[in-house]
Amino acid sequence: MKKAVSRVYMALVFLFLYAPILVLVVFSFNDTDTKSRTVWSGFSLRWYEMLFEDRMLLEALRNTLIIAVCAAVGATVLGTVAAVGIHSMKSWRRKLVMNITNLPMLNPEIVTGVSLMLLMVFVANLFGVTLGIVSIILAHITFCLPYVILSILPKLGQMDPHLYEAAQDLGCTPVRSFFKVVLPEILSGVVTGMVMAFTLSLDDFIISYFCSGTTQTLPVFIYSMTKKRVSPEINALSTLLFAVILVLLLIINIRQGKMGKKAAKEANV
Amino acid sequence: MRRKTKLAALFLAALLPCAGAPVFAAEETEEAVPLTGEKIYVYNWGEYIADGTDGSLDVNAEFTRRTGIEVDYSTFDTNESLYSKLVSGGASYDVIIPSDYMVSRMINEGMLEKLNFDNIPNFRYIDEEYRNMGYDPTNEYSVPYTWGLVGIFYNKQYVTEEIDSWDILWEEKYAGKILMFDNPRDAFGIAQKRLSFSFNSTDEDEWIQAAVLLKEQKPLLQMYVMDQIFDKMESGEAWLAPYYAGDAAVLVESNENIGFVIPTEQGTNFFVDAMCIPKGCRNKSGAEAYINFLCDPEIAAANMEYIGYSTPESAAKELLPEEVVNNPIYYPPEEVIANSEVFVDLPQETALQLDALWAEVKMGGPGDSMTLILTLAGFFLLYVAVVVYKKWKRKREL
Repeated sequence: MKKAVSRVYMALVFLFLYAPILVLVVFSFNDTDTKSRTVWSGFSLRWYEMLFEDRMLLEALRNTLIIAVCAAVGATVLGTVAAVGIHSMKSWRRKLVMNITNLPMLNPEIVTGVSLMLLMVFVANLFGVTLGIVSIILAHITFCLPYVILSILPKLGQMDPHLYEAAQDLGCTPVRSFFKVVLPEILSGVVTGMVMAFTLSLDDFIISYFCSGTTQTLPVFIYSMTKKRVSPEINALSTLLFAVILVLLLIINIRQGKMGKKAAKEANV
Repeated sequence: MRRKTKLAALFLAALLPCAGAPVFAAEETEEAVPLTGEKIYVYNWGEYIADGTDGSLDVNAEFTRRTGIEVDYSTFDTNESLYSKLVSGGASYDVIIPSDYMVSRMINEGMLEKLNFDNIPNFRYIDEEYRNMGYDPTNEYSVPYTWGLVGIFYNKQYVTEEIDSWDILWEEKYAGKILMFDNPRDAFGIAQKRLSFSFNSTDEDEWIQAAVLLKEQKPLLQMYVMDQIFDKMESGEAWLAPYYAGDAAVLVESNENIGFVIPTEQGTNFFVDAMCIPKGCRNKSGAEAYINFLCDPEIAAANMEYIGYSTPESAAKELLPEEVVNNPIYYPPEEVIANSEVFVDLPQETALQLDALWAEVKMGGPGDSMTLILTLAGFFLLYVAVVVYKKWKRKREL
């Protein structure tokens, strides 16, 4: 009895999580003249065709991807360096710096967005430039940074501190021993942080909205459709994005599974 | 869809002086002007320009091809977000397309450049009745892009009686099946017309009366919505909804159960979206060239065909298919237009009052904030009770 209840509960949880995505995927194939999202009128791939014709949408997608990649890489590099620095700090200082880096995560996004915009408008006026893709990337690096740091720090904590010293004893320069010893140890944390930064940047609306200048990202573009009607092209695009992310996740999981097995074997030996 | 293709072909044919040549060769025959390195920044409503999908004309690409000026095009969702973007200084645009009341607000706040009409010769195509409108009485700052009216969409299966006034949105037998605008100006507008007040009234009393009417209507409503109206009407989830004629005309065309009517007697909202140049633009001559280009009857017709709104140019109307021009949803008869009114910017006090009243209508007003306080107090008491009980229990256990 108890087992049945828990199974039903599980099923419900998954239903609520995935039903919306399922509906979205189904309606991306809808053969409709009115961009309907509720009335099913046959299967067609026309929204996928239109998606690849829509210059504005593709441009918004391109902007979003460029921004997400740059922000993820930027935030990961800065975050890794920062995490190593924070890790080697002594108690009270470390606490202080950690709290300061965590603050932006707790800060409401709208506050971050408006304040970043004010700063950037000020700086842009100073140098006589305008806001654009660069300002969005900078803003995204800013708000992704704490997440990256948070995902790397525990890995550094798990690492044996003597490894780094041993590498140097054996003749590595500090930089070399970082890349040879520390980085491989914390790599999973770095990758997690980077993926997190990428997705956060990909679907951020509020901060991009304020800092974008005349550049348009995908979420902002979709939002601007809401007066008329969000086109099923967006369903098609979301379906593709979802599929890509699903495949990526599967690959990562399979790889991790293999690595886990390997590690277990080695441990047994 | 088919119509769009047809029009694109028609347009390309019009481009081509020599008859007989293949219609689609137009792009190659008329040589593109080399890029001048100039760029203009355009900020428009979402999905508010023909963009080449669905066989339509790619208006921005065509502009670049003809003038060599590149277009950086981005979109907004409401007049208010356009306004805040401009005010914040976060971006500077060369051409913006706000609606009537936002144009007048921007004029009042000195945010718009005066247009140089020598650079916009195609302004002559704009029909007399769309010039010097209430929001820009001297017509120095704006050129109308599209216009339209607000009317009622209804489901013919369930709403069989004849609709001739806004009163139907207050009809109790349709309770739970009525939708209403989710923005203050449009929602109050309907109530105001039902009371035969002006949209742009500054009389506090009139606004309060309209608010009372909206509060009366609220229990009958299914929801305050904007674009969800399409889904809800199409699926039959809602039967009555006021909306902008052009946006939802496609619903009527593709779904025989859905009808559209404009309450002529009481009057309705006549809205205009107009092209303007904001202060701080970087390329005024390019912006004026763009406005001029959009006023070209062929371009205007191609645009209207895609957007579904109505054009202020008779010359463009002639290029549109007959079934569109004769469709009263797009081009209603004279007397309907005569009895309509445009929104104009409201003075500060009235705008504040409107905001307060709208919050009251949607949230239920001060009466309901009492319940909110009581609920919160209830939760707090419950919390205290739990804490006290736990302490007491622990003490007993010790």
